[in-house]
Amino acid sequence: MSDALKAKVAELFNEPGCDKNAAKGEKERKKGCSKPLTPGAAAGGCAFDGAKIALQPITDVVHLVHGPLACEGNGWDNRHAASSGPRLYRLGVTTDLSQMDIVMGTGEKRLYKAIKEVIARYAPPAVFVYSTCVPALIGDDIGAVCAYASDKLGTPCIPVDAPGFVGSKNLGNKLAGEALLDHVIGTMEPEVSTPFDINILGEYNLSGELWQVRPLFEALGIRVHACVTGDARYREVASAHRAKVNMMVCSTALINVARKMEERWGIPYFEGSFYGISDTSTALRSVAKLLVSRGAPEDLIARTEALIAAEEARAWARIEPYRQRLAGKRVLLYTGGVKSWSIVSALQEMGMVVVGTSVRKSTDNDKQKIKDIMGGDAHMVESIPPREMYAQLRRGDADILLSGGRTQFVALKARVPWLDINQERHEAYAGYDGMVTLVQELDRSLSNPVWAEVRRLAPWEEGETEDWLDDNVPRLTPLAREG
Amino acid sequence: MAEIIKSRKPVSINPLKSSTPLGAALGYLGIEGAVPLLHGSQGCTSFALVLLVRHYKEAIPLQTTAMDEVATILGAAGNMEEALLNLQRRMKPRFIGIASTALVETRGEDYAGDLKLILARQPELADTSVVFASTPDYIGALEDGWAAAVSAVIDGVVAPWSPAVTSFQQVNVLPGVNQTPADIEYLRDLIESFGLYPVILPDLSGSLDGHIAEDWCATTQGGARLEEVAQMARAVHTIAIGEHMRQPADLLCSLTGVPVTVFSTLTGLAPNDRLLSLLSHISGRAVPGRYRRQRSQLLDAMLDGHFHFGGKRIAIAADPDLLFSLSQFFTSMGAKIVAAVASTANSPNLAQIPTERVIIGDLTDMEDAVRAAGGADLLVTHSHGRQSARRLGIPLLRVGFPIFDRLGTAHMHTVGYCGTRDLIFRVANLFMGQMHEHKPDDFAPARPAPFNEEIVHDSASLAAH
Repeated sequence: MSDALKAKVAELFNEPGCDKNAAKGEKERKKGCSKPLTPGAAAGGCAFDGAKIALQPITDVVHLVHGPLACEGNGWDNRHAASSGPRLYRLGVTTDLSQMDIVMGTGEKRLYKAIKEVIARYAPPAVFVYSTCVPALIGDDIGAVCAYASDKLGTPCIPVDAPGFVGSKNLGNKLAGEALLDHVIGTMEPEVSTPFDINILGEYNLSGELWQVRPLFEALGIRVHACVTGDARYREVASAHRAKVNMMVCSTALINVARKMEERWGIPYFEGSFYGISDTSTALRSVAKLLVSRGAPEDLIARTEALIAAEEARAWARIEPYRQRLAGKRVLLYTGGVKSWSIVSALQEMGMVVVGTSVRKSTDNDKQKIKDIMGGDAHMVESIPPREMYAQLRRGDADILLSGGRTQFVALKARVPWLDINQERHEAYAGYDGMVTLVQELDRSLSNPVWAEVRRLAPWEEGETEDWLDDNVPRLTPLAREG
Repeated sequence: MAEIIKSRKPVSINPLKSSTPLGAALGYLGIEGAVPLLHGSQGCTSFALVLLVRHYKEAIPLQTTAMDEVATILGAAGNMEEALLNLQRRMKPRFIGIASTALVETRGEDYAGDLKLILARQPELADTSVVFASTPDYIGALEDGWAAAVSAVIDGVVAPWSPAVTSFQQVNVLPGVNQTPADIEYLRDLIESFGLYPVILPDLSGSLDGHIAEDWCATTQGGARLEEVAQMARAVHTIAIGEHMRQPADLLCSLTGVPVTVFSTLTGLAPNDRLLSLLSHISGRAVPGRYRRQRSQLLDAMLDGHFHFGGKRIAIAADPDLLFSLSQFFTSMGAKIVAAVASTANSPNLAQIPTERVIIGDLTDMEDAVRAAGGADLLVTHSHGRQSARRLGIPLLRVGFPIFDRLGTAHMHTVGYCGTRDLIFRVANLFMGQMHEHKPDDFAPARPAPFNEEIVHDSASLAAH
């Protein structure tokens, strides 16, 4: 790995904005925070995957993956990051390196030609170029190619140096953030700027969740200047440094971006979530308070409170009809980070019982919040092996599993309802309306009659074949054997 | 004879290929009690796994040697050893199929030697059958990976012929990557109905057909049984499907001496006539009545269907053997192939495709070719073609891998008289769904130009009123 990348990774592991890092001793801090992977027992994506997830939602640029086929060919057109306009980001573009390119070292030339080709074809405002394991191993310098191409072709080419072998998906998120800080944010000026401009960092507009939240801000006269990166245009991200406040969602994936934007341009940030009714209200309050501290009129706070009161009342009224149907139902929550507690409180508000919530990917802060909400740590679980989870569900320890796609079939094969709450889902659960949708989905899943049907044994397995048969149905009688 | 042209673009935009290691993993999944293991960084496995789950809508056992920075630089034999031991302890598989990736191949490791040493010094692995296929992402695509995995299994598991082997009424089947679990079930029934016993490698019909088992299983449940694979020398014949299976079939033949017939396709009337004649010949039995009936159903479907196929302009983008098979099918029904794009050039059949030129390229090349040809009536490719179909404004017939936006892909069949019959219906129904309601303007250019006088007369009379 190049020295520049090595320095970058070391720097990311020493993130002063990260509570977990700050709590470590000097020696421990030096080790970094990537847990070593176990061969034969590893799950999850690589750093390249993480970088791509974080940047792909920029809708009007071309995302060009420099590497052999699999990195892009097996993964493109995968997520549901929605766009309100441009569709360029949905193309799967890769240099698809051949053996010849690798042996002869013509990868960099091919990359330059590829950049030229996509600019000629699509005239995008920028091209994001992703490194992968093989070019990183053979020493292709994507930074140099991008610099040359930007200069020669007049379109910004952004190198995203996060080859898979450097680490996990989360590290990839942060390396993507570094690419934005180094090459994008602050390179353009916004067309208009208001005292009510905010950025949302780490929101990817999956299934359109940004659009569930945006109207709330608009009702207060707050402008979401740039969402990094959900439904974003290149220009919005490039001029994000003129916003007044940064809101950071999705735990701390882009904390490096938030902190450095504060250092460079004095933009204060806070961490918030749009999952759950009370969390959405807290987020709105924090935004209003920070905007006022940065010169927005004082009355914003009162207006925010009025909106919160109205929206909360409306959401609870819409949820009310489901309360009776869902109360007492037992939920196993298998996710991580923010969702491990923000959804718990929402479910408990519904009268549902959370029998377990996983804390595999949660920070200490997340864990403390779970303890506060659930009264102790009795229900916190680390990772559950699939066989064990299957046994629990088969025994009937929970009525429904809320998790990501990876454990979907554990629940379904155990004939237990399952709801997708991770990034591949098709439903949007953000903000007040999103919580109502989640409740509706829970009800729709739990009340489906298929569960009773699929759990019923076939009549011949129950040994009660005869029950539903009319006594008058004639049957064949086996012939008695002679002698 | 089609001319084969390689795309000149220096970049792949909307790739047609799925990766070679993914094809190998899929092949290994057709073995009972198996866990495929990709030798590379964890992302290689993660992307392949997600795509397989999206296609089959099933839990897929697939693991990684999780090469990190240190392994990438210093060598990854240790990762392979650790992965094998961890898999053995955690999942107790009977079979581990390893496939290499671009990362480890670029390093140029002697993984075959490493594996030999590992197996020799680790008694824990004695009861597990471990094979290795070389499948760098930068060579070939899905079909090549699948074939490499099958070759690796044959090489590692099949016992060579010896005088002790007693022949048996057994037929070996080496299906290609394009045969679905439903296709394989059909072939099994067919072969059994001739009183023959099929040994199918790989057999996805037991592992990826979508079923509910009584207990959780970390490895594949169902698939080819290793004991039977080891006894492939007992067969009287081997049937392989698709050109990409020729190499594994030849390898099997050289080990066992069992004669081979390679069918380049089993979709359509003629190839299935050949298959049934072959089985009838091998078994010495007449073709069973129900297959005669199915043949006549197919003839009827061809007659009912030909109205909808005749003169239709078809664009196909697929892996080479699937492209060959489908283009034969569409042409035999009277349609015209206006654009043919193959993912790789690795098939001698490409030149036989009934069209002017076959492009080796991606879905963007396909779109460009359709536009250059003046449009098409139907796009035939996998689910990634949905964006292209939308831009071109034509319907999409989903074939091959991956199909992630439809249910029941494991039960779609294209093999045999039945499979061909149903494919005709699927395509014809797609066209009927697009049926155009005729308007007077449709016939405008066909009408004779009216006489000048008449126009004068008409306008004069109009003016008068």
